Amino acid sequence: MKNKRRTMLFVSGNRPKLVQESSVFGADAVVFDLTNGVEDSEKDCARILVKEAIDFLDFSNVEVIVKINSLDSEFGVKDVEIISKVKPSAIMVSKASEDQIKKIDSMLAKLERQEGFEEKAIKLIPTIETAYALEDIQNIISASERINAVFFDAEGLASDIDMERTKGGEEILYARSRVAMVCRVAGINAIDTYFVDANDYEGLEKDSQKAKSLGFTGKAAVDGRQIDTIQTIFVNRQEMRLVI
Amino acid sequence: MKNVIGREIPDNIEGFGKVRHYEGAYANLTDRVKVSVKTRSVKPGDSKLCETIDEVLDKLEVKDGMTLSFHHHLRNGDYVLNMVMAAVAKRGIKDIHVAATGIFPIHEPLVEYMKEGIVTGISVNYISPGPVATAISKGLLKNPAVMRSHGGRPRSIESGDMHIDVAFIAAPTADWYGNVNGVQGNAACGTLSYFMPDIEYADQVVAITDNMVPYPACPIDITQDHVDYVVKVDCIGDSKGITTGTMNITKDPVGLRIAKLTALFMDATGYIENEFSFQTGAGGTSLAVAAEVRKIMKEKNVVGSFAAGGVTGYIVDMLNDGLFRNIWDVQCFDLKAVASYRDNPKHMSMSGSLYGNPHVPGPIVNNLDVMILGATEIDTDFNVNVITGSDGIIMGASGGHEDTAAGSKLAIVVSSLTKGRLPVVKDAVTTVTTPGETVDVFVTERGIAINPRRVDLIEKIKDTDLPIVTIEELKEMSERLTGTPEPMQFGEKIVAVVEYRDGTVIDVVKQVI
Amino acid sequence: MEITKAAQAGALEARDVLVTVEPNNNRGVQIELKTKSVIKKQFGKQIDRVIREKVAELGVENINIKVEDKGALDYTIIARVYAAIERAV
Repeated sequence: MKNKRRTMLFVSGNRPKLVQESSVFGADAVVFDLTNGVEDSEKDCARILVKEAIDFLDFSNVEVIVKINSLDSEFGVKDVEIISKVKPSAIMVSKASEDQIKKIDSMLAKLERQEGFEEKAIKLIPTIETAYALEDIQNIISASERINAVFFDAEGLASDIDMERTKGGEEILYARSRVAMVCRVAGINAIDTYFVDANDYEGLEKDSQKAKSLGFTGKAAVDGRQIDTIQTIFVNRQEMRLVI
Repeated sequence: MKNVIGREIPDNIEGFGKVRHYEGAYANLTDRVKVSVKTRSVKPGDSKLCETIDEVLDKLEVKDGMTLSFHHHLRNGDYVLNMVMAAVAKRGIKDIHVAATGIFPIHEPLVEYMKEGIVTGISVNYISPGPVATAISKGLLKNPAVMRSHGGRPRSIESGDMHIDVAFIAAPTADWYGNVNGVQGNAACGTLSYFMPDIEYADQVVAITDNMVPYPACPIDITQDHVDYVVKVDCIGDSKGITTGTMNITKDPVGLRIAKLTALFMDATGYIENEFSFQTGAGGTSLAVAAEVRKIMKEKNVVGSFAAGGVTGYIVDMLNDGLFRNIWDVQCFDLKAVASYRDNPKHMSMSGSLYGNPHVPGPIVNNLDVMILGATEIDTDFNVNVITGSDGIIMGASGGHEDTAAGSKLAIVVSSLTKGRLPVVKDAVTTVTTPGETVDVFVTERGIAINPRRVDLIEKIKDTDLPIVTIEELKEMSERLTGTPEPMQFGEKIVAVVEYRDGTVIDVVKQVI
Repeated sequence: MEITKAAQAGALEARDVLVTVEPNNNRGVQIELKTKSVIKKQFGKQIDRVIREKVAELGVENINIKVEDKGALDYTIIARVYAAIERAV
């Protein structure tokens, strides 16, 4: 398992084609998403599919993360119970709050004991996608020792505060800066939001450059075609040899 | 007997004859003599013009048992084969051998002729999945179909293995005295390359055209001294089926990943250098390889000597960008390629023989540095199948596959590791088209396998980060995903004979039950 | 586990499978597999086996299972069968 998280490829947890192809693009991590793109009526199906996929497929070359529904929804608790059984490297928590992180932390502690996993085997990655969470980020990341990264979701923030998103991303400058700086101080990974237009490689490159310059350590991708571009930008100088 | 690559082949095949067994890709390259050709004098003042197909069939004296040949530059828009065969069928003629360079779904009427015994033999170098291919697989054709390559067909004609009684040219433009060009008219298709051996060696040659122009039909691809008759018809083909439309680079992330790994491998092994020559297919992933190679060529300021094969607008762009000095074209896949062939002297045509015939003093495949190939299946000996699906149904033919693999310095097979649920890597492929001896590398999205024969390549990439694995490891990865397939059951009847480019039999296709 | 009603899971998309289950009064486990013949010939038995294993693991004894396959791998078939059964009890 790689601990670098320059690229995180997000795929819908209910699309077997995407799930089984996700490990071939050279991303550092894949995120099986049980939240966005999975309708409420399909949450049970996606949860089971992701569990079986992690059990069955070979993910030895990539870190496996599952993004679960908020505990405030009717799906969150079951997501934690079922997904923790196959021991993903981390659980990404949507609409994260200090309270929610604490709850999941103690649920995981219990589940890990039941399953005989080592303590704190499963890490936590809060998603910052509300204005409140952005301002409360310090408390969120202090809520559990499991947290080793934060994911900044600009689309979520945009819908929270009714903000219009642009490719240039001026509107998220403050949010990005804050997330990146707090993570840097805490010594954890800061993962930037995804760039939605998978056909616009140039736009992706600019957006990734910006994220890197603001202090992010990696960036989300929504399509296998985006991995190379992001990876090239977030790669260290020593690793520059051959990016594949 | 079992041939050198372990395929069980009888010494005699009913409806085909005595078998020369495959002995290795380069085992059969000795000097030989070409057959003599029957020719006819046309006196000054005589006319070659015929009003109808029927009139020309009278003059040709087409009769039972003849071999009639056709070419597939009009692809799935070709009307000529159907037009001629309908007229032949109406006359009650039986036992025709259709020697077509390619067969497409549009040629479905052949299925009925097969059932009625009008057509009892078929030879092709290319066949698309469709009714004719399926009918052959099911054993509807009396004699086994003969599958050759683009280079193997000219060899078979020039050696006398396949004698052609009449060759029918689908002529996009012609004049009354039999000069033909492929670059003008409604059915303009560019080069007429594959058919050149037929035109030289057939007893009689007929040009069928829907675009009669004043003499001479300049710029001429086929000259009058090869053509016996000219027929004017309303329409020789549907231009929509001729050009495949704009071929686009795949957007499939897996295909692009394979393309990127392929280009990186070519570069890491030192092939993308000045003067290098390159051929790739027209499929989405193959074109994506061209796009990745183009990036590297631009970065490194490399100018290649030539690109070859079936040509798309994408390759034409690379020529016009100065990335290659020349194109050797055997088939224009779109109108941009047609226009380039017509207008740009750097864009040259090559006949099927010049392209791939092993029994000449050097076909162009011998000058290829890198060839990108597809595969339906590949086995752990690197043998490739592009003829049958895993269910045994015929869905393709060699085309230039085995010729370019044998000739090029680096033959790379690209494919996703699984196609749907079906594994691509097998212990033994269903049908061998291209022997593993001529295949150097297999690139998939999950890893690159190098043929152990190529120790030089293994040495060159050992310090790179390329994901190199063995072909056995790829097979394991693939079977971990799909499970191990159960062996298929076939009937006893041989429905197709797969001839290697040198005329030996490399494999046979059994009837699907 | 007792199947009390008909239920579905999955989709008719590439690499997915649509599984429909319904009660089968005391007549055991019946599986109807619809897929490409090339898949059926080479993997039909395997698909049947993994479904039966999952059904047995869940303790379901009487069930009709219709499997409309679009080239799914085993884990997808298992997941969709499991989800359909959960929805049907």
